[in-house]
Amino acid sequence: MNLTLKVWRQKGPEDPGRMVTYQVKDVSPDMSFLEMLDVLNERLILEGEDPIAFDHDCREGICGMCGMVINGVPHGEQKATTTCQLHMRHFEDGATITIEPWRAAPFPVIKDLVVDRSAFDRIIQAGGFISVPAGSAPDAHSIPVRKEDADAAFDAATCIGCGACVAACPNGSASLFVAAKITHLSLLPQGQPERLSRAKAMVEQMDAEGFGGCTNTGECTAVCPKGIPLDTIARMNADYLKANAK
Amino acid sequence: MNYVEGPEIRDTKAPSGPIEERWDKRKFQARLVNPANRRKLHIIVVGTGLAGGSAAATLGELGYNVKSFCYQDSPRRAHSIAAQGGINAAKNYRGDGDSIYRLFYDTVKGGDFRARESNVYRLAQVSVNIIDQAVAQGVPFAREYGGLLDTRSFGGAQVSRTFYARGQTGQQLLLGAYQALERQIAAGTVQMFARHEMLDLIVSGGRARGIIVRDMVTGEIERHFADAVVLATGGYGNVFYLSTNAKGCNTTAIWRAHERGAYFANPCYTQIHPTCIPVSGEYQSKLTLMSESLRNDGRVWVPLRKGDNRAPGDIPEEERDYYLERIYPSFGNLVPRDIASRAAKNVCDEGRGVGPGGLGVYLDFSDAIRRLGREAVEKKYGNLFEMYERITGENPYEVPMRIYPAVHYTMGGLWVDYDLQSTIPGLFVIGEANFSDHGANRLGASALMQGLADGYFILPTTIGDYLADGPFGEVDEAAVEEAETKVRTRIDRLMSVNGSRTPDSFHRELGRIMWDYCGMERTEESLRKALDLIPSLREEFWRDVKVTGTAEELNQVLEKAGRVADFFDLAELMCLDALHRTESCGGHFRAESQDADGEALRDDENFAYVAAWEYSPDGTPILHKEPLEYEYVKMTQRSYK
Repeated sequence: MNLTLKVWRQKGPEDPGRMVTYQVKDVSPDMSFLEMLDVLNERLILEGEDPIAFDHDCREGICGMCGMVINGVPHGEQKATTTCQLHMRHFEDGATITIEPWRAAPFPVIKDLVVDRSAFDRIIQAGGFISVPAGSAPDAHSIPVRKEDADAAFDAATCIGCGACVAACPNGSASLFVAAKITHLSLLPQGQPERLSRAKAMVEQMDAEGFGGCTNTGECTAVCPKGIPLDTIARMNADYLKANAK
Repeated sequence: MNYVEGPEIRDTKAPSGPIEERWDKRKFQARLVNPANRRKLHIIVVGTGLAGGSAAATLGELGYNVKSFCYQDSPRRAHSIAAQGGINAAKNYRGDGDSIYRLFYDTVKGGDFRARESNVYRLAQVSVNIIDQAVAQGVPFAREYGGLLDTRSFGGAQVSRTFYARGQTGQQLLLGAYQALERQIAAGTVQMFARHEMLDLIVSGGRARGIIVRDMVTGEIERHFADAVVLATGGYGNVFYLSTNAKGCNTTAIWRAHERGAYFANPCYTQIHPTCIPVSGEYQSKLTLMSESLRNDGRVWVPLRKGDNRAPGDIPEEERDYYLERIYPSFGNLVPRDIASRAAKNVCDEGRGVGPGGLGVYLDFSDAIRRLGREAVEKKYGNLFEMYERITGENPYEVPMRIYPAVHYTMGGLWVDYDLQSTIPGLFVIGEANFSDHGANRLGASALMQGLADGYFILPTTIGDYLADGPFGEVDEAAVEEAETKVRTRIDRLMSVNGSRTPDSFHRELGRIMWDYCGMERTEESLRKALDLIPSLREEFWRDVKVTGTAEELNQVLEKAGRVADFFDLAELMCLDALHRTESCGGHFRAESQDADGEALRDDENFAYVAAWEYSPDGTPILHKEPLEYEYVKMTQRSYK
């Protein structure tokens, strides 16, 4: 396959940045999207040019480090797929592909396609945990959990923290990310003691980081590589309201 | 490359007495640091996977001042997150005869009698606390309808002791540790440094006292000091270039510590996992594991005839060779990892491999689909089938999967004593980065157990005994200068070569050498060849590598070049270790040492020891042997026929 890539290049946070066009030849349909970029980068290095910087690590769809907006869609058009798991067979020979970083004020660009997502860590710091120091836990079977609750908690807990939800949201809201963690912990009996304070602290931290509010457009869940459902946001809002009513 | 032999290691600090009392004894004898004094002590933890994340969190909870480092953009990305299968624990919730002693026994045997009995027993003891801790943190393990935890069975065991969270157990356990860590960051006990890479260890007054790191965003070289340093930087499987590790996994932290005096133990012990998706082309950047659980229902086969290019569906039953079922009738498709891997290599070497390049075997589910129905197979393996289709574009419900072995885990690592302390006082090593508990072969679902045992329970106790003598005062300025200058000189050197090859092209070539000559099967000849090729490739690297940009910015080419440079040195030591160990054991198969049926043949008389290598600046490593004694589990030859 031969492709035309239009890639966002930005030297650093202060650089205004621009789209740069590259021709890539002899792309195998079996390549992953990142392998296609590897091949381009190898060529750029040999030509003495700075290769395109992008975040990636596990390359098996679970670490959440990779992510780029491909043809206007975070992680590309294939459903429930991270960028590293997207393969070139889903593109037409001769196609033009635009590649941009996550765009959201709380995710400033560091270089090219690399953005700073530390805001997510600070939201977890605000309360995305159960306070249980090592060594203080009772026997695991002393806390039975309904299978349905355990399964639903797991579904929410599969969030990989990639930030695609924010990149897709017209308001730049992090609601799906925050709601996934709140849902995971609030469905479990272990999560009850801190349930309301957790929701309040995490939502407030999300606001403080400059993420927008949720207006139920649902773009987040549509691009989420793990399919975190939208109803988690309703649960977050309910807990948040309850916390404030107290 | 030659080596010399140094004095044996006789004392591993394991307490004496009955094995079940040793850990309690050590815990009681370890000196305590009172809470007021903990605030005056500083600890550096490098790496935020299961071991490093849980250790940093726990040390923070205890009130120490902790600095935590990772190369990723967030501690939640560490590669523990990709572990699929599960975590072993001797809970005996099934009442199926499991016990701490049985988990201990299975692990020592599975490790092919090359692990320490005292350490493994402690691991089995602590395993039960890990499950309690994780459940209390909210890790959503699979549950039964009664609300209790579900378990499944895994390779190398006859009991059902593996706890799991669908195919994402590593992710859920890591997020538990990550959340505990973030809680301590909020509490101010842990300071987090993401996108920082450790480039050297500072040793002052004979103690590990700090690290030199590079801020990967600004390129700034920083010094960080502490009273103790903990390395939890994972394994070095990426020395093979292609592996199931994350792209960023590297050996730099442990290799630099090795150069500073920490012994490196059993570097040649590598686990090659039998069920991975085969390589599809030259551009391949990593390999993806398909869970071992698939072998419960999938049948492995290749065509009977060499060069049979027919589509799998066109090959009639009588022209197929279900070779695992044929060679190992009692275990069939469920033989341990090392054996399944080597059998696949053998049939491919015979020219009977399938798929591009002939490096693949079929894993066929058509029998299971006929027997159980498509829906049942989908329920069990749906997410794995989907993952396979995503990567290969083939539908495994209709066409058999193609699989091939790939490098997955390294049992070797920095040598540690019973306290998880290396040969440098104050340098502790935990998780996959140390060599301790898996011997020559790791059983499935034991890596998560070891990482969390080290981080939550063992290190926080043993490090206190060391820190009871602290704080250790000022760090010697000359030692810091020397380490920082070394790091800067090396970076300058990489930046200034300006040659004609990319770091990746060297890494690929090194990986090829390691896979071909120090991979699933090793011979004296192949290892000597590797030892011949590696130094000349390294020489070419330092003469011809090209690094673009500058060192004062985010520069992924520079990061890569530095890691590849360390892989060369490690690769050489791995081959030397593999060459000196003329026996076969676990993941280390020396073709010269096999029985009449072609199975691995151990040589307990000559090799029942840990090979701990001391770095020598003149290029001649010094081998220290730590004899292994088995008081409880009788040494036997493994048989799976």
